[in-house]
Amino acid sequence: MAFIPHTAADVASMLATIGVSRLEDLFDEIPRELRIKSLAGVPEELNEMEIGRLMSERAAADGTALSFLGAGAYEHHIPAAVWAITTRGEFYSAYTPYQAEASQGTLQTIYEFQTMIARLTGMEVSNASMYDGASAVAEAALMAVRANRKSRAARILVPGTVHPHYRRVAVATAANQGLRFEELPYCTEAGVTPAASLARYEGEDVTALLIQQPNFFGRLEDVDALTDWAHAHNVLVIAVVNPTSLALLKPPGQWGARGADIAVGEGQPLGVPLSSGGPYFGFMTTRMEYVRQMPGRIVGRTLDVAGHEGFTLTLQAREQHIRRAKATSNICTNQGLLMTAATIYMSLMGAQGLARTAATCHARTRELVAALTRLPGVRPAFSGPCFHEAVLLLDRPAAPVLKALAARGIFGGLDLGAYYPELGAALLVCATETKTQADIERYRATLQETLQAARAA
Amino acid sequence: MSAREKVIFEYSHPGRGASDQWPHDPGPAALADLPAALRRAQPPQLPEVGELETVRHFTRLSQLNFSIDTHFYPLGSCTMKYNPKACNQYAMLPGFLGRHPLAPESHGQGFLACMYELQEMLKAVTGMEGVALSPMAGAHGEFAGVAMIRAYHRARGDLKRNEIIVPEAAHGTNPATATMCGCVVREIPVDAQGDVELQALRQAVGPNTAGIMLTNPSTLGVFERRIQEVARIVHEAGGLLYYDGANLNAILGKVRPGDMGFDVIHMNLHKTFSTPHGGGGPGAGAVGVASRLLPFLPLPVVGKEGERYRWLAEADLPQSIGRLSAFMGNAGVLLRAYIYMRLLGRDGMRAVGEYATLNANYLLKRLMTAGFDAAYPQRRASHEFIVTLKRQARELNVTAMDFAKRLLDHGFHAPTTYFPLLVPECLLIEPTETESKDTLDAFVAAMSQIQKEAEQEPGRVTSAPHTMPVRRLDDVRAARQLDLTWKPTAQP
Repeated sequence: MAFIPHTAADVASMLATIGVSRLEDLFDEIPRELRIKSLAGVPEELNEMEIGRLMSERAAADGTALSFLGAGAYEHHIPAAVWAITTRGEFYSAYTPYQAEASQGTLQTIYEFQTMIARLTGMEVSNASMYDGASAVAEAALMAVRANRKSRAARILVPGTVHPHYRRVAVATAANQGLRFEELPYCTEAGVTPAASLARYEGEDVTALLIQQPNFFGRLEDVDALTDWAHAHNVLVIAVVNPTSLALLKPPGQWGARGADIAVGEGQPLGVPLSSGGPYFGFMTTRMEYVRQMPGRIVGRTLDVAGHEGFTLTLQAREQHIRRAKATSNICTNQGLLMTAATIYMSLMGAQGLARTAATCHARTRELVAALTRLPGVRPAFSGPCFHEAVLLLDRPAAPVLKALAARGIFGGLDLGAYYPELGAALLVCATETKTQADIERYRATLQETLQAARAA
Repeated sequence: MSAREKVIFEYSHPGRGASDQWPHDPGPAALADLPAALRRAQPPQLPEVGELETVRHFTRLSQLNFSIDTHFYPLGSCTMKYNPKACNQYAMLPGFLGRHPLAPESHGQGFLACMYELQEMLKAVTGMEGVALSPMAGAHGEFAGVAMIRAYHRARGDLKRNEIIVPEAAHGTNPATATMCGCVVREIPVDAQGDVELQALRQAVGPNTAGIMLTNPSTLGVFERRIQEVARIVHEAGGLLYYDGANLNAILGKVRPGDMGFDVIHMNLHKTFSTPHGGGGPGAGAVGVASRLLPFLPLPVVGKEGERYRWLAEADLPQSIGRLSAFMGNAGVLLRAYIYMRLLGRDGMRAVGEYATLNANYLLKRLMTAGFDAAYPQRRASHEFIVTLKRQARELNVTAMDFAKRLLDHGFHAPTTYFPLLVPECLLIEPTETESKDTLDAFVAAMSQIQKEAEQEPGRVTSAPHTMPVRRLDDVRAARQLDLTWKPTAQP
């Protein structure tokens, strides 16, 4: 039971060694009135066959719809090798690599990950990963307050085009430490943040500016102009980027004249399954000059006593187990297993495979937008280029349309009504490389029928 | 163990790639609408390697690790128990892996049922009134817990309360978390028997007390015997009690934090409920609360109406401390914990607490008989205990770190070293319930052999390990000559 290997003889012999007669005697320091007899409210055990059946039924009940959802979590092909290796017990069941000599596999994987992420973002250094993209944004804001010594305001400008959940997580995480997040309006025709909207902050103390590229709508921001404005006003730039897009788009390290100061993002597109929202991982990169302000694990290469190269956790003086109340963050893990999957994924894809993936996603999304906007009552919300995601406007409320599509096995996108009511009936749609032209045609035809039925009703 | 492995970039050849995995090239026309000013000028320098060499490289890297599947891992405070294979296999069913986090609830009833039942089981084993699953690690759960304490006081207009009391033996995350929540930390001492000094506690509490963070059993491996008195003192002063669930495995099925008087708790599902540690994550730090903190739970929570499950969000919990993750925390980890709890059932969970305690007390007794010094010899061990090697350090010049490194040569992962900070030269040892008596006996034999070696040939111990892929590493050099990314010409 409970994966406990003890025989009755083992137990008897162990109790005798300890010098007690019953297991219950081992709890004799706990006040008697606190000890419970049984766990009412927890069901009886299932064996492996029974739990297997239950889980298979529940997984099947959730179905396999044709999904055009994106909004921060993207369905990509994951090479079989990625999880075949990641779930090896030596990766899966190892702990944080504190004992470096017995953890070189994990440590070297982190070092390779840090290198790949730094190269992908065009930044100088990366940490070993964060919980997810949203928490990485929150930690980046806190880090910017430490790093920007010219600012005392702890004031972060956040465009309305940044993922709404990321903005909420940033507030929930950092507001207790006195950070203020101020929303920048977006242009409702173009779906981007106008650089002119920053003019009203001239001469004020601003700590950092967040820029998401592509933004939540899939639109491309004028990252060079926004970055240069920030740097001209002693404002640090925190880039929030999609790693797949970086195979094609200008990396944050090259935004504007000086590049972004901190770049973070959601790592899920790099070989991590959708899995109802997690586990994913966030990535975080920065300039070398700010590395001591960066939270999270960092691995460095060094030498052992015999002069051979090896890998170890480094810069631990930033961390909670040394600094306690003065640490850069309370974080004491990374998302090791997901970081491992991403490192294997990036190795298999290489720059060329990742670029093809990004280009195919982009092409499919354009085909999707073109097909759907040919239907009466469907039009694009914004003018100007998108990357692999787009907003469509309907001539009727989105929720019933999405519900009708779901009933026919299609997730037609995210209803933006709760997030951006000013847009009216708006859908955020995405087609990745996993979608075929037949899939797109099926969505188009089903949407056509759904809209016709709605008009007839 | 295996020899060292090259960095993957050293295998790279221009033009090579695992192209079977790539989509077909859509051609340049696909990108015609992207403005040149926003395009990347040079492709990122990722490795160019084939599939087989990638598989070999990472398989070889994995073989440089110790892990539970390969080695006894008695890492105190980390609960390195066996991670059942079924938990992984059934959490990775295609229906679960493919489900988008924003998929409609109509297409998530199977997943949501698992989450709802997990919440209910965690309430039952901790004696709390509500559970939220979204925090993604123990420290993340701590953050949620202290943020809720703060939100509770603020909602009552009790704005002064910003002090968090922490015993000196606490995990470093406790004070770091209090700071992240905008609180001030007050540390209090523990007595010679490892219990909180009540007089110091009485002096520390007052109108500024937001709460106290406690681990029970404590990080010293002993149960806080006067917990009810601690709860009374803190509650009478207007503060709340936070339970750090790092050591929940010790009391699973035997004692419930809610019954001890705790108002809020985080549970490390990667410890007590055996989800994998993954080389440092993903964890899961679900939080539980007493009824007065229910309105402040982090989002989302799974609710049940009739036979339908649905997400509870901002409109349902307007006083919530908010969202801590983009979607639903580490959902796949939560599924593994759910499967583990269903496999154990109520009797299995009780057995966990009992056998984890049996193994720890047995191992402690055997080590004491073999001549090692317990830090708290008069106390019953919980699921873990501390051996102090200060005598060996003084007499033989062989430290706890030396013992730890030499254990690696014997095929055992080292216990936790130099934590808690107030016991000199300590090894914090947690065997967990899934280890057999044979393994524990073999560990005692290794410790005895290292002790003998320390007496007869100490240099062999102080220069350990000898059989790992690397010898002891130069951490000072690592921090001073930062080499954090591979470069073609880099020489460390």
